[in-house]
Amino acid sequence: MIPAAFEYVAPTSVEEALAALAEHGDDAKIIAGGQSLLPVLRMRLNAPEWVIDLGRIDSLRGVRDGGDHLVIGAMTTHHDVGRDPLVHEHALLISKAITHLADAQVRHRGTFGGALAHADPAGDLGAPALALGSTFVVQGPGGTREIPGADFFVDLFETAISDDEILTEVRVPKHDGWGASYEKFVRIAHQWPIVAVAATVRLEGDTIAEARVGLTNMGSTPLRAHAVEEALAGRPATEDAVAGAAALVADGTNPPSDLNGDADYRRHIATVMTRRAVLAAAGRG
Amino acid sequence: MARINLTVDGSQVSDDVEPRMLLVQYLREQLGKTGTVIGCDTSNCGACTVHLDGTSVKSCNVLAVQADGAEVTTIEGLAAEDGTLHPVQEAFRECHGLQCGFCTPGMIMQTVDLLKDNPDPSEEAIRLGLEGNLCRCTGYHNIVRAVQHAAGTTEGASA
Ligand SMILES: Cc1cc2nc3c(=O)[nH]c(=O)nc-3n(C[C@H](O)[C@H](O)[C@H](O)COP(=O)(O)OP(=O)(O)OC[C@H]3O[C@@H](n4cnc5c(N)ncnc54)[C@H](O)[C@@H]3O)c2cc1C
Ligand code: FES
Ligand code: FES
Repeated sequence: MIPAAFEYVAPTSVEEALAALAEHGDDAKIIAGGQSLLPVLRMRLNAPEWVIDLGRIDSLRGVRDGGDHLVIGAMTTHHDVGRDPLVHEHALLISKAITHLADAQVRHRGTFGGALAHADPAGDLGAPALALGSTFVVQGPGGTREIPGADFFVDLFETAISDDEILTEVRVPKHDGWGASYEKFVRIAHQWPIVAVAATVRLEGDTIAEARVGLTNMGSTPLRAHAVEEALAGRPATEDAVAGAAALVADGTNPPSDLNGDADYRRHIATVMTRRAVLAAAGRG
Repeated sequence: MARINLTVDGSQVSDDVEPRMLLVQYLREQLGKTGTVIGCDTSNCGACTVHLDGTSVKSCNVLAVQADGAEVTTIEGLAAEDGTLHPVQEAFRECHGLQCGFCTPGMIMQTVDLLKDNPDPSEEAIRLGLEGNLCRCTGYHNIVRAVQHAAGTTEGASA
């Protein structure tokens, strides 16, 4: 199908884009890579009067070193983030997750910021971004605002970005030397995750000094598994110790029930995936 | 209407299009390049794959206006002017990497992208690299063989 008619503008700076958003407000929709928005428009689930394309704003693209963190521009494609040596070195968990995201063609167009702004609870980037303690930087008419990871995801397809704001960059604290793994449970190739677990750990000898764990599709937003993280800290990187901590992962979660599995099934899968992800991140997979 | 200027298969084109027009529609309906086909409504099948500024994209999931200023290569632009097939086209013919042929334009365009990136892919890398291209006929084995043939790595093919 073909989208309903709309007017189109492709600004070349964030300021121009914000002005267009301010002018068209509720009737406007931002397009980044279009890999989630265009299917929505084609199915006529949404029919904005204006589409504001961020694709010509060069300043929103690229990864740079911000000292103790990385700065990932919102319009950097999945392909470019996935190949970026800085990301590989300082935020391995993100590189790992991207290898499981969609397909080559979609990764060439879809963007890091677009996927996070879309806030699909089954999206593969929310859990790693949360687990790494990322901060989301948005720009609006009043200037720039930093949103901590814990406040960014509000509900299904809903974030703390206001209608008159644009997500410009994501700051990801460096996790140098941390092992990482993204375990995505699917039944067929090229599927969105039924459940996925993002884990990154820092070892001291054979001990897990610190761990960060994020969950995909275990609720209406990506989640951080704090109880598992605490249970892992200071424990040996053994199958038994990790399985014990992983058993806590589903506590307090409210996963969806659908054709791919009911909530209890997802809780079970999350436990298994957490054990695998943590062990793999610790190099014991 | 919006004015777009782009290069398609080596020719400069310029048109007024509705902003909602998809790149695949522009290629097929405005330029008559029906070699690029539409196989689904959900951007899953990859049949519509073309190259946009040198990388593969699903042309049903890109607006024509987003391709303004870009260089687009379709399946119709791969062969040499004298009709000599591109090595990947030749390999799909040689290995019979198709049955009905509907997925083939997309498979070939994605294979060209894959081999540019990784000239010596393992079987697993081929299957992963073609993850976004669905074939309802072949069961993929001959497609994988065709990619291996094009890469010169036919040895070890398990098909
Ligand atoms: C066939 C297919 C398979 C896929 N498989 C997966 C998968 O396995 N895992 C996965 O995680 N994803 C998958 N995706 C989705 C993909 O990750 C998209 O790229 C991503 O969800 C959206 O990024 P985008 O840049 O294309 O954003 P768009 O589609 O352009 O935008 C998405 C939404 O975010 C808003 N938005 C975008 N950028 C900004 C910004 N900077 N500021 C404010 N709002 C913004 C838009 O208004 C829109 O509402 C798949 C997509 C397709 C087509
Ligand atoms: S027609 Fe474009 S992916 Fe199916
Ligand atoms: S040959 Fe028929 S769909 Fe692939």
